[in-house]
Amino acid sequence: MENKSVLKKITGSREAILFLIVVILAIFIEAKSGGAFFQLDNLNGMFKNYAVDFVIAIGMMLVMLTGGIDISVGSTLALSGMCASLIFRDHQELPIVVVFGIAIVVGLACGLLIGAVISYGKVPPIIATMGCMNAFRGATYLVAHNEWVAAMDFTESYKNFAQKSYLGFGVINNLLVIVIILYVIFYIILKWTPAGRKIYAVGSNAEAASVSGINVRKVKTICYTILGGLTGLAGGMFTSLYASAQGNMGEGLEMDCIAACVVGGVSMTGGKGNIVGVFMGALVIAIIGKGLPLIGVSQFWQKAIKGVIILVFVILNVLVQRSVDKAALKRREI
Amino acid sequence: MAGKSGREIIAEQPFSWKHLFLRWESMLVLLLVVVNIMNIAISDKYWSVTGLFRATNSFLNIAFMVLPMCFVLILGDIDISVGSILAFSATMLGVTYNAGAPMGVAVLVALLTGTVCGCINGLIATRFTELNPMIITFGTQVVYRGLCEIILGDQSTGGLNNVMWFSNLYWGKLGGVVPYMFIIFVVCAVIFGIVQHKTTFGRRMYAIGANREAARYSGINVQGTRFIVFVITGLFSAVAAIFTAASMGSINNAVGKGTEMDAIGICVLGGIMTDGGKGNFIGAMISVFLLGLLEYGLGLVNVSSNVMLVVKGALLVISVMIPNLKIVGNRKKKVA
Repeated sequence: MENKSVLKKITGSREAILFLIVVILAIFIEAKSGGAFFQLDNLNGMFKNYAVDFVIAIGMMLVMLTGGIDISVGSTLALSGMCASLIFRDHQELPIVVVFGIAIVVGLACGLLIGAVISYGKVPPIIATMGCMNAFRGATYLVAHNEWVAAMDFTESYKNFAQKSYLGFGVINNLLVIVIILYVIFYIILKWTPAGRKIYAVGSNAEAASVSGINVRKVKTICYTILGGLTGLAGGMFTSLYASAQGNMGEGLEMDCIAACVVGGVSMTGGKGNIVGVFMGALVIAIIGKGLPLIGVSQFWQKAIKGVIILVFVILNVLVQRSVDKAALKRREI
Repeated sequence: MAGKSGREIIAEQPFSWKHLFLRWESMLVLLLVVVNIMNIAISDKYWSVTGLFRATNSFLNIAFMVLPMCFVLILGDIDISVGSILAFSATMLGVTYNAGAPMGVAVLVALLTGTVCGCINGLIATRFTELNPMIITFGTQVVYRGLCEIILGDQSTGGLNNVMWFSNLYWGKLGGVVPYMFIIFVVCAVIFGIVQHKTTFGRRMYAIGANREAARYSGINVQGTRFIVFVITGLFSAVAAIFTAASMGSINNAVGKGTEMDAIGICVLGGIMTDGGKGNFIGAMISVFLLGLLEYGLGLVNVSSNVMLVVKGALLVISVMIPNLKIVGNRKKKVA
């Protein structure tokens, strides 16, 4: 049992299967669209447009690892992006980093609030984030006085940040660079640091974690706060990418991010999932989002298709888990 | 004995809970009085029969979803797809009617749609018990809303108010005074209240919510009960859809967005805990009128819908949080 063959290791791993799905999906769309998919412009555009999803999916994974969920990310993104844009509109001399910093700070505050309410107020995550989703959305319209920050209110350098690639040595788009850096950082944190192991411990068995000296509440709060911070960063990226800040931005984003995690194999009950899977999951969502219009599927179909994907993968995860458990039981009997 | 069902089962901490309970409901009544006084101060036309019924009509169509939501929460489940079921049912109603079918058939189609949606939720929830109903209904929420978008695109389907009796469901009044919707709601509420507190079915729901395993071992058909409740939820979301359609006369794909929060929020404020097995139907009903009249009153003084969103969201979170905070419990004891 211990020395599995390399081949079996590869075919047995979830990431490999996901990678296969990604490849098949991409080839299918490439063939259907008559070669429009594997264009450099198209791929670049895909990563640019879905960088926000990639970033938030990391945070969503952390939260889901602890057994929670956050459906307020769309509103947090709107609130943080809007606050940063409003300040930037009135103080154009601010450097880009500071604008992003403001967005991150607002996001962190939102995340901290949600995390504290959930872990110290003992409110179920879905209720807390549903309330915050509406409250933050309302707050976004309130701080903006129902107006929106238009492209002319931004400086050229801010708008260009999402279009240029000076961080990526002129090859890789700036937003994609941020995504890659974040994925590497969180891969290291989750895989090789005590902090990462604590998150997994809390997710797989909160009671056992608490008995072994982990401050469960603190870990949970930190996870939600990190998600908030990442969402804030995504808020900055979003406004830079679309060169405007509107009250309704980011609506439905939580769906994409949760779908990315679920497809990537993050378990809803917590404790299972890894960053490579989430990357693949987000990639699947991005390819579907970018690919469907290419093969002539109306944009109105996207929501239903994504919903079906969430359901199918959630159920698939259960079925896989059942068969794994069954197999384990069998082995034990022998 | 059955009359005490709600209280007997939560007997782990009988003393403090009972106190909190009594206080909770009396607090709701108190708040209701305050809201009414506020509304009277705002508008001199409010405190009259027509004024009051105008106020209740502004929110009772959504309140139909609160009735089964009580059941869902008592079971320890949650259903966040009700807003999307409402939208999908209303869409089917509009599309069927505009395809030339008589309105009666369209209404039946809407009810059927809601029931089928509820069935799907229930089937997934009972077949895959490992899954939290939250993620299931999150998925179906997206799917149902997506189906609306597929059917309607960015168009709307209208002309529903050309049929007099259909429009009258919302706008019509018995004897020119009592709205038909109010009567239907009261009848439904009484039935739901009786089922929850006076029948074995209701008792089973409390048992399942309090301890699902124990309920199963004592011979209760847990999954069957859950399935029925999910189906009822779908059906009554469709009922809410019919009244909403009658009030608006036309349907677009954004109808009913966020109403799941209203429904859950009302239940939670009414004292029905989200972890199941606790709560009282009366509390939820008081809270329907409390929140509805509050929103109506705030609307009268032109409070923007954005402030309303913030207030509603905060209220939902705070009303779940208060019973969980130890401080409140202690203070209660000292007062008693």
